[in-house]
Amino acid sequence: MNIIVCIKQVPDLQSSASGIRVDQEALKVIMPQGTPPVMSPYDENALEAALKIKDTHGATITVLSAGRNLARPVLRKALATGADELILLEDGAFEKLDSFATAHLLAAAIRRIGVYDLILCGRQAADTDAGQVGAGIAHRLGIAYVSVASKIVLDKQKVRVERLAAEGIEIIEAPLPAVITASSELGELRYPKLKDLQAAQKKPITVWNMNDLGIEVSHLQRLSMVKLSPPPIRKTTCMMIQGETPEQAGAHLALHLREARLV
Amino acid sequence: MADFKGVMAYCEVSDGKLTSLSRQVLGCGKRLANELAREFSMVLLGTEAEDAVQEAGMFGVDKVYVVQDPLVQQYQTDTYAAVMVNIVSMAKPEILLFGQTAVGRDLAPVLAFRCDTIVVLDCVDLRIDSETGRLLCTKPIYGGNALANFVSSSYPQIATVRDKAFPVGEFSDAQQPEVITIDAAIDDKSIIKTKLLQKIKEEETGVRIEEASIIVSGGRGIGSAEGFQQLQELALLLNGAVGASRPACDYGWAPPHRQVGITGKIVSPELYIAVALSGSIQHLSGCAQSKRIVAINKDPEANIFNYADFGIVGDWKRVLPAFKNKLKELLASSS
Repeated sequence: MNIIVCIKQVPDLQSSASGIRVDQEALKVIMPQGTPPVMSPYDENALEAALKIKDTHGATITVLSAGRNLARPVLRKALATGADELILLEDGAFEKLDSFATAHLLAAAIRRIGVYDLILCGRQAADTDAGQVGAGIAHRLGIAYVSVASKIVLDKQKVRVERLAAEGIEIIEAPLPAVITASSELGELRYPKLKDLQAAQKKPITVWNMNDLGIEVSHLQRLSMVKLSPPPIRKTTCMMIQGETPEQAGAHLALHLREARLV
Repeated sequence: MADFKGVMAYCEVSDGKLTSLSRQVLGCGKRLANELAREFSMVLLGTEAEDAVQEAGMFGVDKVYVVQDPLVQQYQTDTYAAVMVNIVSMAKPEILLFGQTAVGRDLAPVLAFRCDTIVVLDCVDLRIDSETGRLLCTKPIYGGNALANFVSSSYPQIATVRDKAFPVGEFSDAQQPEVITIDAAIDDKSIIKTKLLQKIKEEETGVRIEEASIIVSGGRGIGSAEGFQQLQELALLLNGAVGASRPACDYGWAPPHRQVGITGKIVSPELYIAVALSGSIQHLSGCAQSKRIVAINKDPEANIFNYADFGIVGDWKRVLPAFKNKLKELLASSS
């Protein structure tokens, strides 16, 4: 079983929920200083799903990440948790690619890797929330695609996937190889042990640039950002309900909501 | 690209009627078609399609493409995408809109790549650039911390529409749209790769979250499934529905389809009661359009208070029972 997990490196939005600014001139989102790069959370779920398969069936896991100036420690964490190989697609031209170009780029790299049964990636990245790279990879490779998986079960040359639907789940059967995008229900990425973190720092990493892949990404951009603005702010003044005890405050709240005809 | 003309809306039907989001998609699509002075069409797939054709006329639709083949009886990514590829290559719309639903977010990207184009998912605004005539897609990025406008260079320009971001289409004088029935002929069977084995519908107790006028929502601070049981009791008392933050769903305290936020449901009830919920921007994107928000949280610095109309700083385990008892009293005395 050969599994490829595609991981995007994003700024840690969870650690810096406030203080995110927008540079409307440069069309850039400015993160507060010191915001660390992390693996995109849904990609971590995808990696965890791969590791669980490795735990029960045995597998070789290759992690693939594309970008410019990728932070090695962030991606080495994938090796520390149990991935076997790390391939970085790194080139000056790989910055700010849209989903169309990214899918082409990742598919080209996967073809170069050559051997794969399962390709996992997050359902959407935490920064762009674009949600379509997985579909693009499957299309480029001409293989099966299942999105927003909450459970993955291997069954010989097939895979059974539970995916989130509107009011429940759908169980889908797909032949291998397949691309599956991960939802958070697949589980949080396990914590690496300290000794594995140290060992991961010494593992070799493969780096491929645009020439290695024989792909010209500039022709592949389909989407351009023409404007960027801060989100609208909901203006409220919060009426703080007091009470001598929390119980009293709770009762007061009921009275206020009644008075406002909300209940 | 001159051969791509007109605006097309992909609509979903539930219980024989167009869904509320589909009516918003129609409203938005009709407006764009009017601005471009182009034809406005609509696509209906599935066994219930025929029932909804009647409604189409009321949204100013010129043409309805209907597919009722047994192949499209239930949603399946590969078959629906194959059928949609046929419709797109036949009708060649310059703009194609979906709702941001479980179907829309799955189908639109697959279709886009097959048509050698791209989709912008989860748009909160869609306009025509008056100079270029292209579609300007406004979409929240960075978990809702910024709003970006995107333009696609390829056709069709595909977008999905976030629920409750657009008004429902206005009922104009009903016109009789042209109905085009299409059979789901899929020549190349090899593109049907996956198979739907089973659909498991979660049992709903009480009101559906999308339609509830009161929602009681819990976050990480609830701490357990038993805690959510208390929220359920409160929701029942108020004839409302239970919601949850993503962490609460991830811990398994609430089922995934109860999740409110960017990757869950977008809700806009009259009253949203957020209990032990910090208020991440991802969550707020799903509930900030509620008429009134109540926040109960022991952390006075919690972000939810910046969005709330009423707030209590305190332990929900002590606040909530008293709140519920008082409500019971008030509701009993008024009936």
